[in-house]
Amino acid sequence: MSDVTSDYKKQEKRTRICGNIRNGIVYFFLCLWALIVLFPFYWMVLTSVKSYGSYNAEYIPKFFTLSPTLQNYVDAFTTVSLGRYLWNTLFFTVVTTAIMLVVITLAAFAFARLNFAGKDLIFTLFLSLMMIPNELVVITNFTTITNLDLRNTFTGLILPSVTSVFYIYLLRENFAQIPDELYYAAKVDGTSDLRYLRKVMVPICKPTLITIVILKVIECWNSYVWPRLITDDPDYYLVSNGIQEIRENGFGRENIPAMMAAVVVISVPLVVLFLVFRKKVMAGVARGGTKG
Amino acid sequence: MEKQNLKAWLYLLPAFLFLGAFMIYPLIDVFVYSFEEGYNSASQTFYGVGMYNYSYVLHDPYFLQALKNTFILVIITVPVSTGLALLISAALSSIKPLRDLFQTIFFLPYVTNTLAVGLVFMILFKKTPYSDGLINLLIQFFGGSSVDFIDGPYWAKMFVLCFYTIWIVMPFKILILTSALASVNPMYYNAARVDGTSRFRMFTKITLPMISPMVFYLIITGFIGAFKAYSDAVALFGTNLNAAEMNTIVGYVYDMLYGDSGGYPSYASAAAILLFAIVLTITCINLLVSKKHVHYV
Amino acid sequence: MKIVLQHLTKKFPARGPVRGRKNREDVIAVNDFDFEIPDGKLIGLLGPSGCGKSTALNLICGLLKPTDGKIFFGEDDVTGLPPENRGVGMVFQNYALYPHLTVEKNIQFPLENLKGADKLSKEEMNKRVLEAAKLVQIDHLLERKPNELSGGQQQRVAIARALVKLPKVLLLDEPLSNLDARLRLQTREEIRRIQQETQITTIFVTHDQDEAMSISDMIVVMKDGIVQQIGKPQNVYDDPVNLFVAKFLGTPPINVFSGEVKNEQLYIGSEAVLSTPGVADQPVHVGIRPEGFVLKEDGPLSCDLVRLEVMGRDVSIVSTHEKSQNVTIRSIIDADEGRSLPTGKVHFALKPAKVFLFCTDTEERIRF
Repeated sequence: MSDVTSDYKKQEKRTRICGNIRNGIVYFFLCLWALIVLFPFYWMVLTSVKSYGSYNAEYIPKFFTLSPTLQNYVDAFTTVSLGRYLWNTLFFTVVTTAIMLVVITLAAFAFARLNFAGKDLIFTLFLSLMMIPNELVVITNFTTITNLDLRNTFTGLILPSVTSVFYIYLLRENFAQIPDELYYAAKVDGTSDLRYLRKVMVPICKPTLITIVILKVIECWNSYVWPRLITDDPDYYLVSNGIQEIRENGFGRENIPAMMAAVVVISVPLVVLFLVFRKKVMAGVARGGTKG
Repeated sequence: MEKQNLKAWLYLLPAFLFLGAFMIYPLIDVFVYSFEEGYNSASQTFYGVGMYNYSYVLHDPYFLQALKNTFILVIITVPVSTGLALLISAALSSIKPLRDLFQTIFFLPYVTNTLAVGLVFMILFKKTPYSDGLINLLIQFFGGSSVDFIDGPYWAKMFVLCFYTIWIVMPFKILILTSALASVNPMYYNAARVDGTSRFRMFTKITLPMISPMVFYLIITGFIGAFKAYSDAVALFGTNLNAAEMNTIVGYVYDMLYGDSGGYPSYASAAAILLFAIVLTITCINLLVSKKHVHYV
Repeated sequence: MKIVLQHLTKKFPARGPVRGRKNREDVIAVNDFDFEIPDGKLIGLLGPSGCGKSTALNLICGLLKPTDGKIFFGEDDVTGLPPENRGVGMVFQNYALYPHLTVEKNIQFPLENLKGADKLSKEEMNKRVLEAAKLVQIDHLLERKPNELSGGQQQRVAIARALVKLPKVLLLDEPLSNLDARLRLQTREEIRRIQQETQITTIFVTHDQDEAMSISDMIVVMKDGIVQQIGKPQNVYDDPVNLFVAKFLGTPPINVFSGEVKNEQLYIGSEAVLSTPGVADQPVHVGIRPEGFVLKEDGPLSCDLVRLEVMGRDVSIVSTHEKSQNVTIRSIIDADEGRSLPTGKVHFALKPAKVFLFCTDTEERIRF
C-alpha cells in the first residue's frame, strides 16, 4: 500500500464522517421545525382534555394528563353556540363554493370557447382586476350591503365572494387546452353549448375544478374579515368570529380548556380534509394558492 | 367562426354582475370616498372635496403606529420566513426517508384557522395570575426573566406577532420551494460534484440561481401578504388592536370602517389607498431589483 | 494514468414488483468487470442501451459506489473516494452546462472550487480558461450563455470545462448522441485530436459502434452488464469471440446463416461452402462479413438476387437465401466485378478469414 493510498483512505473516512454529521444536522433541524409546527396542535388537544380545575391549578403546565375529560367539549357545544357557528360556516362554505363554481364555469367557457366582439380587450381588462386588493373594495361593499339592509343575513355574507377573477383565469386556461375538434364534433351531433360544457368540458377539467374547490373551501372556512364586518348577531357568526366571541365574552369566565376544545373542533374538519386529500391539496395550493 | 355575441354575454353575465357590483364599482367609489371631506355615514352627506382625509390619516397617531408596526412586521417576517423556508426545503430535498411525513407536518399550518390557532399561541405566551405560560417557564428554565408577550412590552408583543406570522406563512413557502428544488435537473449537481464543488457553493452558485424566479415570486407575494397582515394580530391580541399598540394598516382601515371607533369610510378609504400605493411601490422596487438578480432561463 | 478495475460489480435493488415478473431480483448493471485501461489511451465503452455502460462510467468517476470490487487509478485504490477527490473530468450526455453562467464562468467553475495550496489567482484562472477554450476552439464565444450556442458548441464548452482542471482521467457519457449526423463526424475527430494533444486517459461511452471503432485505441464491448470482448477495434472486428460481438460490430452488419458442420465441411443448406478442419460435426451459426463474399460462376453458395446498389467504388449485392437468419444478405464487392451480373441467381465463394462459426447453444466462437 503506497502512501497516497493511505492518504486516500483518510479522505474516504473523512468524507463518510462528514456525510453522517451532515445527515444528523439535517434531521435534527427538520425535527425541530416539525416540533414547532406540531406543538401548538398538541398543546390545544392536551389542554382541551384537562379539566377546568386541574388546568388552573397547574402553575407549571403538565405535558400530559392522566385524567382526560370530555367535559370541555360538552361545554363548548352547550355554553356557547359552537354548533351554530359550525353549521353557519358549513352552510356558508357550501353555498359560496357552489354558486362560485357555476359563475366561474360559465365565464371561463365564454372566454375559452365563444367568439364575441372585444373578447381580447375584455379579457385583458378582466385580468388586470387580479391586481386589485380586497382591502380597497371592502369599504364600499360594506356600505352597499349595509344600505341594502343585508347585514346579518347569509345573502350579505355570500354575495361578495361568489366570483374570483383568478379562478376564472385558471379554469379558462384549462378549458382552452381542450382541442377544438371535440367542440365541432359535438356541434355536428347537435349538442347544445350548455350540454357540451356540462358533459365534455367540465369532466375533462375536473382536476382544476377540484383544485379550485379545495382552495375556496380553505378560504371560506378561515374567512374572518368580511364576516366580522357584516355580522354582529351571533346567530350568523362563522367559526372565526365565533372563536373571537368566545375569547372575549366566552364561558362567563376565563375557561381556557373549554376554549381549546372549541379550537380543536374548529380545526379538525380542515385538518382531516387535508390528511385525506393530502396530495390533491398540496398540488392545488402549489398551483393556485397564496397566503404568505 | 361566426360571432356569438349575445350568447357570450349571457354566459358572462353572472360573473360581470358580481364583479361590477363588488369590485369595479367599489374600486371607483373608494377613490370618491377618499376625496369627500366630512362625509357623514348616517346622513350620507359631505361638504367638500379635497385631500383632507389623507392628511388626517397621515397625522393620526394610530395610523402612524399601524404603519410602523406593519413595516417592522414586513421587514422581519419576509426575509426570515423566506430564508428559513429555503433552509427547510433544502434540508427536505436532501433526505429520502421520512420526507413525505415531514412535508405533511410542515403543511399543517396552511389548513388551520388563523383565529383559532392564534388562541393557542396566546395561551402559550401569555402571563396570567395562575401561570406564567409555557414559553415564560422555558425562558426561566434557561435563566432568563419572564415577560408578558401578550400584554407586556412592545418588542415582546412584536416578537410573538412576527413568530406567529412566520409560523402561518411557512407552509406555502416550503411547498413552493421544495417543488422548485425538485425541478432542478440532478445532472447539474453531478457535474458540480465531479468538479469538487463544496455543498455550500453548489447551493449558492447553482441551486439558488436556478430557483431564483420562484424565490423572487415568494418574496413579492410575501411582501404583499405581510403588508396586509391583520387577522394574525387579532388572533393574538384581540379586536382592540389600537389599545394593544399592535394595529396594522389593514386593521386601521377596518377600525375606521366599523366597530367602536368606526363610521368613517372616508378615512378608511384614504388609508386603504395609501396601503395600495405602498404595496405597489414596493412591488415595483422588487421588480427592478429582480432584473439584476433573477435568472430566467 | 492507468486505470484498473478489479471484479467491479454494481447491483441496483429491484424497485417494486414489475408487472409480469413475479420475483423481484436485483438488477446487476455491472457484473464483475476485471480489466486494465492503459495510460494515455482513448477507450470506447460500447454496448446497446441499458447494458450498464453509463453505470460503469459513473462508478469510475465516483458518482456511484460499487457493490463489490475495486477501482485503481495508477497504484491508488480510489474505490471509496468521492468524485471530487479523484481528479476526473466528466462530460455529461446533456452537457450539464449551468444555464445562468456565461461560457467563461462555466469553464472557470471547477477552478473556483480549488482550495488551500491548489488555489489559483485570478490571472492564472483566466489563463487556464483561455487555454482550455482555445484547445476546443471556442475562445471567441466566452461571453455567451449556453442557450445562445449550438449543440456542437455546447459540447465543446462541456469538454473545456472538464479539461480545465487538468484531470488525470477524462470521462465522456454518450458525447455525440445529441448532435446531428454531420456534427457528429466532425466532433468525434475533434475528441480524438484533443485526446491526442493532451494525452489524458479518456473513456467514452457510446452505443454507436461506428463512433467507437473510428476513434478508439481500444474498445470494450458490453452486454447485460458483462464484458464480452476487449481489444483494438480492428482485432475485435476481425476476431469476435461470440455471435453478439460479431453482430454488434460492422456496417453493414454481418450476415448470419444457419449451417451445419459435417466431416469437417461447412454446409449451408445442401451445399458444402467451406472446409473447416478440426471442427466436430454439429449445427452452427455461420457469420459472414459483407466483404467475405467473392463473386464466382461456380461458387458453392447460390443466392436469389434482389437488387444491386452501386456506390461508386463498391457494389452492394442484396440477395436472399433460405438459410439466412437475416431477411436479406448484403455482400460488398469491387465495382469492376459487379458490373456484368446475371439476373436471378448469384453464386459466391467465401473468404475463410471472414467466416466465423458460432456454437448454436452458447453462441461462442468455434475456431478452425
